[in-house]
Amino acid sequence: MNSLAPATLPPADLPGLERSWSRLVDAPDHSGRICTWHLLDSYAQRSDQNARLTLLCIHGNPTWSYLWRRLVELAPSDVRVVAVDQLEMGFSERTGTTRRLANRIDDLGALTEQLGITGPVVTVAHDWGGPISLGWAQNHLAQLVGVVLLNTAVHQPAGASAPTLIRLARSGPLLEFNTVRTTAFLRATTALSGSRMSKQTAKAFRAPYASSARRTAIGAFVADIPLEPGHPSAETLDLIASNMANFAAVPMLLLWGPGDPVFSDLYLGDLMARIPHADVHRYEGARHLVSEDDERVFPDLLRWVSGLERGHQVDSSPVTAAVTQPPRRTRLWDGLHERAERTPSATALVEMSGAGRRVTWRRLADTVDQLAAGLHSRGVKPGDRVSLLIPPGADLIATVYACWRIGACVVIADAGLGVKGMRRALRGAAPDHVLAITPGLALARTVRIRGLRCSVKGLAEIAKIEAPMPPEPPESADAVVVFTSGATGPAKGVVYRQSQVAGTRDVLRQHYAMTSSDAIVAAFAPWAVFGPTLGVASVIPDMDVTKPRTLQAVALADATAAVDGTLLWASPAALTNVIATAGELSPSQRHSFDSLRLVLAAGAPVPVQLLHEIQQLVPNADIRTPYGMTEVLPVSEVSLPEIAIATEINGVLVGAPVGGVEIMISALDDEGRAGGALTLQAGVTGEICVKAGHMRDRYDRLWATNDLASRDLGWHRTGDVGHLETSGRLWVEGRMAHLIVTAGGPVTPVGIEQRIQQLPFVQWAAAVGIGPAGNQQLIIVITSPENISHGLLDFDRVQLVREQVPEFDIAAVLVRKELPVDIRHNSKIDRAELSNWANSILAGHR
Amino acid sequence: MRVLVTGASGLLGAATAHAIASRGHEVVVFQRRASGLPYDEVRGDITDVEALTRAMVGVQAVVHLAAKVSITGAVAEFERVNIEGTRLAIQVAKAAGAERFVYVSSPSVAHSGAPIIGDGALPADPLAARGAYSRTKATAELLVLASENPGFAVVAIRPHLVWGPGDEQLIGRIVTRDRAGRLFLIDHGVALIDTTYIDNAASSLVAAVERATDPTVRGRALVVTNGEPRTVAELLTRITRAAGLSAPDRSVPFAAAYGAGRIAERMWQVRDSEPPLTGFLAEQLATAHWFDQRQTRESLNWAPSVSLDEGFQRLTDWYQHPHP
Repeated sequence: MNSLAPATLPPADLPGLERSWSRLVDAPDHSGRICTWHLLDSYAQRSDQNARLTLLCIHGNPTWSYLWRRLVELAPSDVRVVAVDQLEMGFSERTGTTRRLANRIDDLGALTEQLGITGPVVTVAHDWGGPISLGWAQNHLAQLVGVVLLNTAVHQPAGASAPTLIRLARSGPLLEFNTVRTTAFLRATTALSGSRMSKQTAKAFRAPYASSARRTAIGAFVADIPLEPGHPSAETLDLIASNMANFAAVPMLLLWGPGDPVFSDLYLGDLMARIPHADVHRYEGARHLVSEDDERVFPDLLRWVSGLERGHQVDSSPVTAAVTQPPRRTRLWDGLHERAERTPSATALVEMSGAGRRVTWRRLADTVDQLAAGLHSRGVKPGDRVSLLIPPGADLIATVYACWRIGACVVIADAGLGVKGMRRALRGAAPDHVLAITPGLALARTVRIRGLRCSVKGLAEIAKIEAPMPPEPPESADAVVVFTSGATGPAKGVVYRQSQVAGTRDVLRQHYAMTSSDAIVAAFAPWAVFGPTLGVASVIPDMDVTKPRTLQAVALADATAAVDGTLLWASPAALTNVIATAGELSPSQRHSFDSLRLVLAAGAPVPVQLLHEIQQLVPNADIRTPYGMTEVLPVSEVSLPEIAIATEINGVLVGAPVGGVEIMISALDDEGRAGGALTLQAGVTGEICVKAGHMRDRYDRLWATNDLASRDLGWHRTGDVGHLETSGRLWVEGRMAHLIVTAGGPVTPVGIEQRIQQLPFVQWAAAVGIGPAGNQQLIIVITSPENISHGLLDFDRVQLVREQVPEFDIAAVLVRKELPVDIRHNSKIDRAELSNWANSILAGHR
Repeated sequence: MRVLVTGASGLLGAATAHAIASRGHEVVVFQRRASGLPYDEVRGDITDVEALTRAMVGVQAVVHLAAKVSITGAVAEFERVNIEGTRLAIQVAKAAGAERFVYVSSPSVAHSGAPIIGDGALPADPLAARGAYSRTKATAELLVLASENPGFAVVAIRPHLVWGPGDEQLIGRIVTRDRAGRLFLIDHGVALIDTTYIDNAASSLVAAVERATDPTVRGRALVVTNGEPRTVAELLTRITRAAGLSAPDRSVPFAAAYGAGRIAERMWQVRDSEPPLTGFLAEQLATAHWFDQRQTRESLNWAPSVSLDEGFQRLTDWYQHPHP
């Protein structure tokens, strides 16, 4: 038979592609005809091709094996990477045959037989390579040890229209025009990558498709997508989709670019529903060509593969379960019911905003039960995710407990993330239902929801539905997805199970010796949610929770008086404003603070001066600052007297561990990686690692993040850097992501900043690195209470700054009006942004 | 070792000759004018084969500094001295049986005008380099690196902005302009740049001679600096203060300085002197240039011995007690 164009080797000068990886291999296709494949083979130059494991990589349309070049490059020597150019595509032969899905699956099987790949295989596929790889996998279950899929689909999810771009590309006469006669489809695909792709790389992707004759299969491939019933490939695809059940015992990894306009998150949801055991990582910001957009994709993939070989890949079971089974705790709603029985008409909750609202224990318990029954009857099932866009208050709290009672998982994308961050967080968590105040519904408008979309007003109606109570869920049910503040990259979803929320509650109760005679003043939102499960009354002051620094002293006094508050939890930013507005307090308002026995200032480092000022205001209270994070709270704690007598200036003293928490340090190496074995040795600076019964279960759809944070079994890597003292107290020196990695080794920012802040002309200081990691220069950015012009600090003052930290080499000092901080805490300095800013200034003319 | 230093009449050449001698090597110097240095001396133009051949007799190593270093001038003259002179120096050195050849290059051979932020030594690129000096130095560096063979170890050392007491190229010009009230900053002097104190540049060249045959050194180009990048504003402040003057407080935008520089280049083409500012210089003073020194220090087994603080102290002392 004639060949339209024989297979060839790719041109020699494509970026990132080694010529020695390319092979031309003859193999029979599905019809028995001998065809020549071009493929990349990391073992091409080896005589012995018996690998411990083979990654069989299948590209989609219209790419080619070039997509996998970095995988070939990065794979360890005992892992063979075989990345094919499908027939009629890439640099493989053009035979003129129109190949349907079923044909392509058979073609691939014949090729692997020809190549003698008989050992363990992990299939790796992107785009429409996905169904082909899954078809191959079905036929080779005996040697299949894993399946990896990147932005693909096996089915049009219910209610979804076909990917718009594909539908457009396919529509009648446009098909040939877009895909074959012109390079429109080809160019659109490389354009689907984020802005990162260089011109040379985009050109390399187009290299095998230079003429319309060479593009014929691109059109045929698009035409082979079974969008309508009766399509010749519909049956094959349906079979692949329904056969996914056969992979129940096969480890799977889904690596996803959520910005893909073709295979959106909806397709990810469809795959996750078919293979619930799959590990999932969404690369926030990445698009269709996820592995081009985010350079972590292939290293993560290879780490996952090596986990398969170790035989203990991290699955979604709780990290703690592997260590010890925690004792069964009282259920999250037990405290609420106990108070409703014992003190039905006592106050459970007071909302100070608006007209004010006081809710009794009986009423709160009834509302929770009614909402649970009503929501359940309206389709909120155990395991569903319910996004709550409701400000802290009685409505939020009742809804949270109702969802927990059902066994549904609440998604709390708080306003502290900013509008953009909230929307991104919501999309990432993929809720099934949204319960929201009106602006929240507007925000969630663009998020696809399959179930309820209900306003707070609607909730009142739902509570009226006569329905049976759902059965009690197991305590292993997911309880909540909360989000990190996003101070170092996009906010990450953190999942707690009910048992872990209960664990946090128990630590709080025990450590702060809470009884039903206490009352919580919840100026820090998460506190309010714990009130009912603790069986402790709480009050939410009148404040804008998105702007903690708007909390007025008068509002705080009124809130405290409303419940005779004994416990106050507030962020440092809120407390700063309370001090600033304390002059407005009347004598009786001032006295309302006398009932406080404990003040917790948390969320960010607290200046000691502020704590002293707070102490003046709350004479009877013990002042403490707990340390913790979204993933585990509290970790440790320090009291004002302890801070006051600490003389060391190398970080923030956050005290000794609380509530059975263990803290260890993983030392930094010269490149600033925390590679050291966990140690308790005093004075060693490294990543702070925490082990606690009340910590998070996992990161949400962030397999690789979870894997890295959990790589010491049973421990959580916090991403914070610090050191321990001999007494076991912990000092925090900054974030791992903010390390300044100089040629002389890593430098932590906080201690430097503290010493520079002692200068009279410095208000706030931030230490940041510029330049490539390993060769960074230390730059100081300051704000000043004096009238110093912005930009470069004058030389004489620069020398004063240097004298504060003589052991470090400061290249330059810059002055700004203010430092960028996170929205949630209004106090975490965004050193990454400052670093970019400083770098752009000091680069000079570009 | 008997070591020939070409271009020893300059500040770096003289310092290098002293540094080599102080390590116990035998030094020969080669340049057009009498150097006044206490070493064997052969005088001549770098393209004078006969003179060069005499200078290279019995020499084991060559440190080739001789170059036309001004920022303007006839292209043909740059080519004659920098390219042909280097080609000849290699040829004669090989013929004379020298085994080591250290070429003193410049980071500008790989600089296209974009900021350099912590990069290592990129390959020399005569097409992208700015100005006749950089282009000819780039071509010459490629010639040197290509002349490598098992019996002839070559290395290119690129010191960045060498300065020190007695330096007329950088320090002298800045001080003269400041005295005349004509020193100003470009874009407030925000660009971060690396510099090299003279003694450190010299000691790096000694290290290059001694380590030239090491596999991590031979055939390579290495950038040398103090490894302490500073803003242009700070450097100018410290230089002028060392000379007992006041620091510049005026700033002009880059575009204005660049434009003025280009005009000056054209005007000065008809004079036989250096213009006060060129487009190239404006760009150099307004764009970040700082480098990765890790490879250099490891390969040469060398580190700067004089810090910037110490260097500026010495400069201050020199201005207070000037040497003849």
